[in-house]
Amino acid sequence: MQAVAIAIPAIYRSTVGKKAVMAVTGGILVLFLVAHMVGNLKIFLGAGDFNHYAEWLRTAGEPAVPHRTVLTLTEVVLTLAVLLHIWSATSLALRARAARPVKYESRKKSHARGYATHTMRYGGVIIALFIIWHLLDLTFYAVNPLGSSATPYDRVIADFAPDRWYITVWYVVAVLLVGLHLWHGAWSAFNSLGWRTKRNDGFLRGLAAVLAVVIAGGFVAVPIAVTFGWVG
Amino acid sequence: MKLTLRIWRQTNASDKGRMVEYKLDDISPDASFLEMLDVLNEQLIAADEEPVAFDHDCREGICGMCSLVINGTPHGPERNTTTCQLHMRKFKDGEVIDVEPWRARAFPVIKDLVVDRSPLDDMIQSGGYISAPTGTAPEAHSVPVPKPDADRAFEAAECIGCGACVAACPNGSAALFLGAKVTALGLMPQGQPERWDRVVSMLDTHDDAGFGGCTLTGECTVACPKGIPLDVISRLNSDYLKATAGGKKK
Amino acid sequence: MTDDTFYTDGAPIADAKAPHGPIEDRWTTRKFEAKLVNPANKRKKKIIIIGTGLAGGSAGATLGEAGYHVVQFCFQDSPRRAHSIAAQGGINAAKNYRNDGDSVHRLFYDTVKGGDFRARESNVHRLAEISTQIIDQCVAQGVPFAREYGGLLDNRSFGGTQVSRTFYARGQTGQQLLLGAYQALMRQVDAGNVELHPRHEMLDLIMEDGRARGVVVRNLVTGEVSHHTADAVVLASGGYGNVYFLSTNAMGSNVTASWRAHKHGAYFANPCFTQIHPTCIPVSGDHQSKLTLMSESLRNDGRVWVPKQAGDTRRPADIPEDERDYYLERIYPSFGNLVPRDIASRAAKNVCDEGRGVGPGGLGVFLDFADAIDRLGRKTVEAKYGNLFEMYERITGENPYDTPMRIYPAVHYTMGGLWVDYDLQSNIPGLFVVGEANFSDHGANRLGASALMQGLADGYFVLPTGLGDYIARNNLPPVGDAAIAEAETRVNEQIRTFLSIDGDRSVDSFHRELGHIMWEYCGMERTDAGLRKALELIPALREEFWTRLKVTGKGDELNQQLEKAGRVADFFELAELMVVDALHRSESAGGHFRAESQDEDGEAKRDDDNFAYVAAWEWAGRDAKPVLHKEDLEFEYVKPTQRSYK
Repeated sequence: MQAVAIAIPAIYRSTVGKKAVMAVTGGILVLFLVAHMVGNLKIFLGAGDFNHYAEWLRTAGEPAVPHRTVLTLTEVVLTLAVLLHIWSATSLALRARAARPVKYESRKKSHARGYATHTMRYGGVIIALFIIWHLLDLTFYAVNPLGSSATPYDRVIADFAPDRWYITVWYVVAVLLVGLHLWHGAWSAFNSLGWRTKRNDGFLRGLAAVLAVVIAGGFVAVPIAVTFGWVG
Repeated sequence: MKLTLRIWRQTNASDKGRMVEYKLDDISPDASFLEMLDVLNEQLIAADEEPVAFDHDCREGICGMCSLVINGTPHGPERNTTTCQLHMRKFKDGEVIDVEPWRARAFPVIKDLVVDRSPLDDMIQSGGYISAPTGTAPEAHSVPVPKPDADRAFEAAECIGCGACVAACPNGSAALFLGAKVTALGLMPQGQPERWDRVVSMLDTHDDAGFGGCTLTGECTVACPKGIPLDVISRLNSDYLKATAGGKKK
Repeated sequence: MTDDTFYTDGAPIADAKAPHGPIEDRWTTRKFEAKLVNPANKRKKKIIIIGTGLAGGSAGATLGEAGYHVVQFCFQDSPRRAHSIAAQGGINAAKNYRNDGDSVHRLFYDTVKGGDFRARESNVHRLAEISTQIIDQCVAQGVPFAREYGGLLDNRSFGGTQVSRTFYARGQTGQQLLLGAYQALMRQVDAGNVELHPRHEMLDLIMEDGRARGVVVRNLVTGEVSHHTADAVVLASGGYGNVYFLSTNAMGSNVTASWRAHKHGAYFANPCFTQIHPTCIPVSGDHQSKLTLMSESLRNDGRVWVPKQAGDTRRPADIPEDERDYYLERIYPSFGNLVPRDIASRAAKNVCDEGRGVGPGGLGVFLDFADAIDRLGRKTVEAKYGNLFEMYERITGENPYDTPMRIYPAVHYTMGGLWVDYDLQSNIPGLFVVGEANFSDHGANRLGASALMQGLADGYFVLPTGLGDYIARNNLPPVGDAAIAEAETRVNEQIRTFLSIDGDRSVDSFHRELGHIMWEYCGMERTDAGLRKALELIPALREEFWTRLKVTGKGDELNQQLEKAGRVADFFELAELMVVDALHRSESAGGHFRAESQDEDGEAKRDDDNFAYVAAWEWAGRDAKPVLHKEDLEFEYVKPTQRSYK
């Protein structure tokens, strides 16, 4: 373990290390997304279940640990993961810019397949902006029409009300970007961690695609269902 | 064939450089791209102008000396083909063709289309070898190598060191070059003793040279004249992480 | 036999270094008799190596490892680009892994015979002995040779030998072996034992007290001319096939290093022995800059033919079977399409001379795979030759699965080179020559898969012994300024001359014309009259070169025209010597076919009574006649016979 502790800063300075950090932090965020999505889908079980789940998030671990301990720890880990993920991406992007100080005159053609690959950097920025909005909306209630006095269920219903369709569109677009991000990101993470072999590439690409579709689909379901009145 | 060429001209490393247009008539479709440039240069010399400097040597697709980004694509439009093996029949009569040098901070332009690719040698120098002093070798058959390993090692060892992967990569990374060498040597039993030192040392050299980091865009493998597969990069990552985080490098 | 109108006779020479006694003990004896350098002193001994191909790369790696201070130069941007990289077929070694009766003695025998009895027995035997060590060495370096399912090394038969002794790495054996040597060299660079200077070209030798003591080089990027002194100089600068302009050599391959040493007194041996490879892609037009080899293995399944009727321009598919002439099968019924390189090449030339050649200019013959595809199925043919077919299609735009390939012979390798003794030392003390640059082991014709073997044998195993002996016996003082200044002045003077002629013809136009003369009169078939004509044409063109040459740009920058000018100037002088050598050798031997010396069937006829010697030429001045020194060849173990492939 000592070797690991000493090695990490050196690894992190390397380009491969930075990608590994992105892969690991991305993995943590994917696990979070899966849990978050499962929680979201409880809305289809009705207000009671959904509100109870929201309350449980805060009471989990009691009475062994004080109120909101588990949730706070999760938030700390997630914040760290997001920061490291963004920091690594930014550092690699700056490095890439420095690595080619003179650009090509003729339009650089892309020959590798994969639209998702080319959305990683600007898509990541949009996703980051979306997370800020989302936190202001349903964590801090600053931009939510109902605010802190309502139940979580009511806040969601009010958020995606049919006359606030533009909010729904914003959420759907952002979530689809998350899907694209995952599609390349997950496959790229498998590579960054060195898991890809000559034979398993088809499987890894498939796994990444399934992950992207399931997560994007699961998250899109709630705002759409609310806007179209299938819930509430 | 009639052609219009827009070629990057740069007197020396400190010159700013610019694209210059040239017209060519009567180019044979059977000429190779470099032979077409030979014809241009003969015309320039006849007109008392400086011919275009470009790197080339074997002209049979193996030495890795020729380069050129043609219409935005390293080694031009044909897959798995070096510039010297690209023939003019792949272009249309009357076409406008852009010709530029490899672009990377690690590959500064020396003159016109000639760049300095010595960082690729630096990477090999920092560990891209197996230490086997002359005369120390055991009998060749003393260590059998499974055929699949030997074949895969060969596939990675086909790299001609041209640098097209760097030229094509949006990040300016040489990960494919590096991955190819780490894979080729790491798959052979003879390459095991130095495996973990090699990968760390070579990657450090790569990063210090100012290449970008790999983000798996896959552009390199498409541009590679030998079609070195992308999974060599995964192996590079795996070996590097095992060597460092995994503590295999002693 | 002496025709003293074009050369003068000099004193005979002999190889004083090869020990006597049984041939299989000679190398061991020499290794024991050679003096050793005190390991503590090696660091202070500086060795210059020119070139980084198989011979130079392996020499640099080995001498660096041994502890010498090596300074190495190549004109390419990286040592890995030397033209050894392009060798396709394989490397021979007498491992007898197939248990098919191979042995050191058999490889020795085949090589002496294949060289048409114009090589030294001692050298060739040593080469055969070392061949097995080379494979061990390369495997230890991680060279990914082809293997069988059991994990052991695969072998194939190559170039018509009856045993399978060729080790290979698909069609890229040269590449893989060179990368092995290059990596070993870079390891020594990293260790600080080798100082590497890519993009530097050697332009002169520094001589002092009759010894080679250094070189003058030009930095091809900055144009700076500088000198490097040393205790010994090793030339590993390759062959001179580019004297023909069109050849399978790389564009930059040149004779300059060897030639400038020759002008300091190093003998140039057997320059007329050149190898013309039968299966190359034909010339497609005036734009052509080089020729591409298609592996010899294609002749295993392809059938060579031309139309029976001269001037038949029908598409090959429209020519019925009975109007085709499968001439190799007709003339050589027992070997058929598999006759040796020189014979296949000459036969192709003959049918084309009869007006039956195919393709542009009538310089080509068909290599047809239709029968092979019928017999083996397209899949099998694809598995065997797929990459070659692709390469052919890329270059010609024709699909060889549908229409026969067109092939024509092209200059491929030069057996001649600087004369060296058993230690690989030239007649200039301190000047060693390895690989294709020397003349030593292939006689008048090189067998397939033997060039890689010789390059690596020289660099890894042979050179260190003889070089060490020289270093141990000679404790040399620092080189004086006068010798350095003289060489530098000569180089600067020549550069100034090139830039100041300011004529109206490009270097390439001269090179093309010279190549044409050489191909026409000193190519596959040489005649007394033709060679004499060449002896008039070449000096005339050379005069024109020095008065009408135009080199653009300046000397203190990257100037590719200036680089070429120096190389072509040397090719002009070499060309003349080749013609003189070809003219004086009125026998046919290996790659050198004199029309006057053939039997009634048109086969090459050797003249052992008069020509069983190495012709080592001494430079006497640009307009003076070269001086011939003969080294008699003795055959104690392999009795000379006339080759027959009928």
